[in-house]
Order: sequence, then C-alpha cells, then structure tokens
Amino acid sequence: MSASNSKTMNVRLKIWRQEGPSAPGAFEEYSLSGILVDMSFLEMLDTLNEKLIHEGKRPVEFESDCREGICGTCSLMVQGQAHGPVRGATTCQLYMRSFQEGELITIEPWRAKAFPILRDLVTDRRAFDRIQMAGGYTGAKTGPHADANAILIPKDIADRAMDAAACIGCGACVAACPNASASLFTSAKVTQFALLPQGHADRKRRVIRMVDQMDKEGFGSCSNLQECEAACPKKISIQNIAIMKQEYFKAAISADFRAGMGSADGGA
Amino acid sequence: MSIENIPFNGKLDSGVPAGPLEKKWDSYKANMKLVNPANKRKYSVIVVGTGLAGGAAAASLAELGYNVKSFCTHDSARRAHSIAAQGGINAAKSYPNDGDSVWRLFYDTIKGGDYRAREANVYRLAQNSTSIIDQCVAQGVPFAREYSGELANRSFGGAQVSRTFYARGQTGQQLLLGAYSALMKEVDKGKVTLYPYREMLDVVMVDGKARGIITRNLNTGEIERHAADAVVLATGGYGRVYFLSTNAMNSNVTAIWRAHKRGALFGNPCYVQIHPTCIPVSGNHQAKLTLMSESLRNDGRVWVPKKKEDCKKDPSLIPEEDRDYYLERKYPSFGNLAPRDISSRAAKEACDEGRGVGESGLAVYLDFRDAIKRDGEAAIRERYGNLFDMYHEITNENPYKTPMRIYPAVHYTMGGLWVDYSLQTTLPGLFAAGEANFSDHGANRLGASALMQGLSDGYFVLPFTVTNYLGTHATELLKKVDTQHPAFESAEKEVRAGIQKILEVGKKGSRTPTEIYRDLGKVVWEKIGMARSEKGLKEAIAEIKKLQNDFDTNLKLTGDDKLNKNLETAGRLADFLELAHLMAQDALDRKESCGGHFRIESQTSDGEAQRNDDEFAYVAAWEYKGRGKDSTVHKEPLVYENVKLSVRSYK
Repeated sequence: MSASNSKTMNVRLKIWRQEGPSAPGAFEEYSLSGILVDMSFLEMLDTLNEKLIHEGKRPVEFESDCREGICGTCSLMVQGQAHGPVRGATTCQLYMRSFQEGELITIEPWRAKAFPILRDLVTDRRAFDRIQMAGGYTGAKTGPHADANAILIPKDIADRAMDAAACIGCGACVAACPNASASLFTSAKVTQFALLPQGHADRKRRVIRMVDQMDKEGFGSCSNLQECEAACPKKISIQNIAIMKQEYFKAAISADFRAGMGSADGGA
Repeated sequence: MSIENIPFNGKLDSGVPAGPLEKKWDSYKANMKLVNPANKRKYSVIVVGTGLAGGAAAASLAELGYNVKSFCTHDSARRAHSIAAQGGINAAKSYPNDGDSVWRLFYDTIKGGDYRAREANVYRLAQNSTSIIDQCVAQGVPFAREYSGELANRSFGGAQVSRTFYARGQTGQQLLLGAYSALMKEVDKGKVTLYPYREMLDVVMVDGKARGIITRNLNTGEIERHAADAVVLATGGYGRVYFLSTNAMNSNVTAIWRAHKRGALFGNPCYVQIHPTCIPVSGNHQAKLTLMSESLRNDGRVWVPKKKEDCKKDPSLIPEEDRDYYLERKYPSFGNLAPRDISSRAAKEACDEGRGVGESGLAVYLDFRDAIKRDGEAAIRERYGNLFDMYHEITNENPYKTPMRIYPAVHYTMGGLWVDYSLQTTLPGLFAAGEANFSDHGANRLGASALMQGLSDGYFVLPFTVTNYLGTHATELLKKVDTQHPAFESAEKEVRAGIQKILEVGKKGSRTPTEIYRDLGKVVWEKIGMARSEKGLKEAIAEIKKLQNDFDTNLKLTGDDKLNKNLETAGRLADFLELAHLMAQDALDRKESCGGHFRIESQTSDGEAQRNDDEFAYVAAWEYKGRGKDSTVHKEPLVYENVKLSVRSYK
C-alpha cells in the first residue's frame, strides 16, 4: 500500500467552530504538516481530526458519506467558494494538489437562513426535503403500469431531463447565491418533470407548490447572478430556472388550474 | 442480558410455497392473508433505511394505507448509499430480442451465485424485474434512450444478453431519487413520518414479536423509543468491516447486528463481493475506495504485461504481443465480462505473479484504446464520461489517453440476516430487505442485480408479505404496545449503557476509533479477503480478539454525546469487531470454494474455485452466543429442483 505520490505539503487552516445551533461561533486556526498532495481534501480533514483527538480536543464536525461526489452530503465553503476552487466537483472530490504549499485555507459551513448550523461545519438542509415534498414526484403509485416502452421519449428530451435530474441536493447553489436562493435546486426537479410526459398530469400543481414552499422556507429570490451554476458540482444549468419561471407563470395564470386546484397555496 | 432475547427454536423454515417454480409467487399471493382498507390505518410499520429497498418499501406500504415511520441516518432520505450505484439494473424485458427471458435471468443469477442461492427467491426476483422498469419509468426515472425513443440496454458481467437498463453512470442515483420521490409524496400525504438523523441501536421484542426500535438522534444524542406492529430493516451491507471499501463512510452493520444479537440468525456472513474494477489503494491516509463501474468492461480490455520487466514501463510503449489480455485468454466466451468474483481473482493472480502495474504493483490495466479507435472518443465520452472524469480527478491521469489502473476492492456483501421466502427473519415481525438480507445472490452477485433486488424487495415483495404478517397476527397486533412497556425500558437502558461505556473508556485510552478500525480492516482484507486459508482464518480470529480488547480498554475519544461522528464510528466499530469474528468462523466452517468465498485448500488444478455440493449446498445461518464467544451454525439445505448443479464455467 505504498503511496503513488509521496510528495507532501504544509497547510494552515482557518475553520469555523460552533458548539451548537444557538451558540456563537468563531474561526480557529490549525496547521498541518506532511500532508500528501494526492490526499483528498476530506482525508486532510480526517488527518486533522485524528490529531485533535490525540491532543484531547473535540474534532471538527463535518459531513460526508459516499466520498465520490454523488450523495450530496459533503458541504463545505472552501476559500469562500461552495465545494472549493475546482469547478464541477463536490468537496469530497477536491484534492490537495489544488492548493499551494503553505496556503491558508478557510473552511466554513453553508451560510443561509434556511440551513441552520448544527455544529461546526454541519448544517441542517431539511428545507430541501420539504420543497421536494411539495411536488417533486409524478404521483405514480407502486403497482402495474404500462410497459416501459409504451412511453416513447425522444433521446434529446430524455438527455435534458437527465441533465436536470443529476442534481445531488447538496445545497451549493444556495450557499453560493448572495440571496441564498434555492431556485437552481427547485428548478432542476421542476424541469425534469416538465420535460417528461410522465410529469404532465400534475405539472401545474407541482410548480406552484414547490415554488411557494421554497419561499416559505426563507430562501431568497433569484436575481440571475448565475453564482449557483458556477458552484454546482453537477453543472446544472440556470436554463432550468428560466423554465421554472415560465412553468410557474403558465400555471399561475391558467384558469383550469385555479378552478381545479383552488388556492395556489398547497397547504404543505 | 436483562431483556428478551429470542432463542432459536432450531427449525429453519424457508416457507417456500409448494408447486411449480413459476407459480410459487402467484400461489403465495393467492393464499396470503389480507388486511381490509379500513383496518390498514390501524397498523404502523417501522422501516429503517431509505435506500432502494427501504425507500421503496416505505412508500409502497404507505400507499397501501399503513402508517409508516421511516428512519435514516442522513439529513434526507435521498442520500442512502444506493445512490452511488453506477452501471445499471437488470430486467428480463428482452427488448433487444437477443434471447432473454425470466428463466434466463433466473438461471444466470443462480449460476452467477455459484449455486448457493434459494431457487424460489431468485425466480421471483427475475419475475419482478420487468415490473420494476415499468414502475421506475412511471415515476419519471430518466433512463437512457435510443433515438427511437425506446429504452436503451447494455450488457454486464455474467450474462450473454443485453438486459441492463441505465441512466448514464448514475443509475443508482436516479432509481433512488425515484423511490425517494414516491416516499416524499407519502410524507406530504401524512402517511409517512420521516425520522432523519436517526441510528437504530436495538430492536424491541414484546411477547416474541418485533414491536419497535430504539434509536439515537445523531444531532442531539437523544435516545428514543418507537413502537410499531412490524419492523423492516433495509440498512444495507457490511462491506465497511474492511475499513477500505467502495461503501459510503457511514454504511455499517449496526442495525442488523443488533437484531442478530437479539436472536435473528445471520446468513452466510463470509460471502463478500470483491469488485474487480476499483481505483487502487494509494496510501494509508485513505478512508474509502472508488469503484469504476463494471459497465466499463463492455468497452475496456483488461490486461497486464506478459513480462515482469515491462510492469513499470509506459503502457503505450508495450507492443500488442507483449500484453496479456488474461480474461479474454482464460474465459474466451465471456472475455472481459467474466463475473466479478472470477475477474477479481484473476487480477489478484496476475499481481501475485509479479505482473501487476503501477507504483504498488497492485493494479491491472483497463484499456479503452481499441474502443476509442473503433467508436471514437465522443462515443466513449457519451457512455462513460462521468466515470472517466471521476477517474481523472482522483488519479490525475487522463483515461482517454492512458489506460486506467484498477484493482479489486470490497463492494457488496451477499451475506446478511437470514430471511424466509417472505423476507422475514427468524424474529417474528422483523423483516430484512435489500443488501441487509442474505437472500438472492448466493455466493456471488452479478452486476446490476443489487438495484434489481433492492427494488423488488421494496416495491413488489414486502407490500405483500408484511400485509400477510399483519393479517395473520391481527388479533395480537391490534392490541397496541406502547413505548412505556418494560421491554422498551430495558432496551433503552442497555443502549444507554453501551454508549456510556464507550465514552468512559474513551477518556482513558490512547487509540482513536479510526486507528483500531484501520487495523481491523487490514486483518479482514488480508485474511478474510480474496483468498482464505484455515491458517489465515485462525490467525484472523486471534487478531480480531486482540483488537476487541484494544477497543474495550484502550479507546481514545473526545467530544460529547451529542453530534460526534467519532462516537458514531466507535459504536459501529464495536459491532464490526464482533461481525469480523463471525465472518472468520463462517469462512473456516465452509471448507469449499464458491463464488466470492475462495478457500485456497479447495481449488481445481487450474486454480478455479472448487465447490463441494455434497457437503456444502446449504445456507449457513448463525446464532449469536455472546461477545467473544463462537456462534452456532444452523443449516438450511439448498434444494435444486429446476436447475442442475454444475461446474460454473465461463470458458
């Protein structure tokens, strides 16, 4: 198990520490030496935590799970950027070779009213679940359905739906947005189902309820700053936001929607 | 122990319905007990885990009208490790018209599992496979499509037909988001209550039936009691016992292990899948390994240099005649798509012969040169772009230009809680689904079959079998048990004591949970890994006991009993240490090679696994006898009425 690249580096870390949701937080500084340049960023933090435990100190709490960029659990602001300086990657896909020898690296949690800090770098992102709950589904129940090939979906439509569906729900879009808007997240789901025929039956109800829920959670509005797209580890396009706005507008003015669904407030 | 542990009554009844294979599931459904719609709302079901099996089960049971409580360790049900599955899901749709059928999927799975799976379960799985695709499409899962608008297929290891459906290299993600969306729909309706950030630490048995669980809130540290009328565990596999694996950081055995300690038998713990195509280990700092999907073997060719002295050379400089495409050579009819266990062992052999590549010599090449020449780089990018990007990020090498270096790594565990045909464990009212049970894959799982099994269990088996259980025991279950019952009281007390003990020891010792865990991983990898011997397994047991002692007396832990990831790791490690002992015991007991279990004492003259059907055609179901003590084995004979046991050849 020899290292493929034994080149090492030294780093200084400035990390947000906060005991609990209502406790005040502050930055603390740490330094680490002998970090392998081929280490992942989170393995570097693992190394720091091992050191802290041996020193009798409380380790830095941060979240991660799959460590291959798909579960959306890891969520760090690194050098002021959501998921760090590498585009199209999650924090767990960030490697130390992206940093300079001796660099001071600032690490913070996602900052947004709708994502309260639980401890250190861990935030509560359950607001995303509640947006999903408001309409991020087709309504199909478990049971017999038409043969899968009975619904023909042109390849380009299926591909665009997949582009939108690739969202991992990490919240980087919110963290990167000066308004802390969840528009990119919400629009990705809205677009997936707006493109696919399976989503058409409850299309209007879906967009109204999801957007309303997003507002209720305390996320800001979209003002087209495009920071979300730049930070998104899955490169979800802001075109989805345009589609969502169009879908919302169409639903909101449609007479049959108002007659059939009652208030736009889904009562979630 | 102070509270109810259910001693095993000595009878392993698989509960497989009588009748011809293809009618068994219909017969089960025709004879099952039903619960009328008005009564369904009187029952509650706990589902632990929100991966494919758990998410699908929770959503489907709620749709039927039961009150479902869904638990997961994450903030959201969308993050379970099913999300990381890359390549695809098998189904006997036979859209490519290439000779596939339910029978052939069944047969491939039985053979792929090296004739160590239960026929009736596997046949049902193959039958359900086609409904799964229809179900997922109805949910809006964006599967890959042809220009005609029809669904696309590709092939996977161990099959000569193209029956794998996929969504780029993110099939698990899209299927999980489908199940998650169905679940969130039911949360919105009020039929599912979500309990995120919860780790299950015990099953509560009342009058011989599973009636609830004890959980810890991972944010606040609170210990909670939850009551219900049935409990489903869909908490995934135990591959993280190896420390390094492709499993997520938080994947663990705790839920099923605690159930095992309460009396649920554990099936085939030594059956572990070591996946042939993972990014090789690069150093001691590593916390997990990354899989490169098996689908890559559709276009990538596996090779090592013929000559040892070429191993450190730039691979592009090694001429064709000096390359050994060993899978194509040894298994001409399956070639690079030989099953996982066989491909992994072949890679290990090549490296053991000194022909491994890379810095450590523990890697083989997976080369796309010929595919790129044939189909063009754009076509390869379309098929595998995200996997190539992932490889590039991790290794800093461009696989479009230079072959990937890969090596086997722990990926999946075929073993798990023993379940009968209805997926019920030996504890009445406690069900296990997905990777958490031992059921459908025998001694080796074929690629793209885990997603199929998880969704089959969740969407199309448990809704019937849990109903049958509730209907059968209606009189007793309608008398509600509340969380003030003494069984909850004492289970909670035990859980609290366990955590307290870890915190107390942690104040005095000197080794962090990760340090002990890493040591455990090394022992299990080296001695209960790709090749197992009697000597190695005995050494493993002794070393595991030493590590257990280390854990009990010399653990170092800081922080409090609230949000504390290292405390979580320590709790899970305690269970992994016990599990590792059982794995070694099971591997020792099974003096044959089959599937992923390779005993070096039992091989053919050309180094292939040598099964011994006369003595070992059974499921080993283990009974827990206490910490540090040997477990007792019970055997469920495997009876093959429809397939003939034969030597599993991919030549």
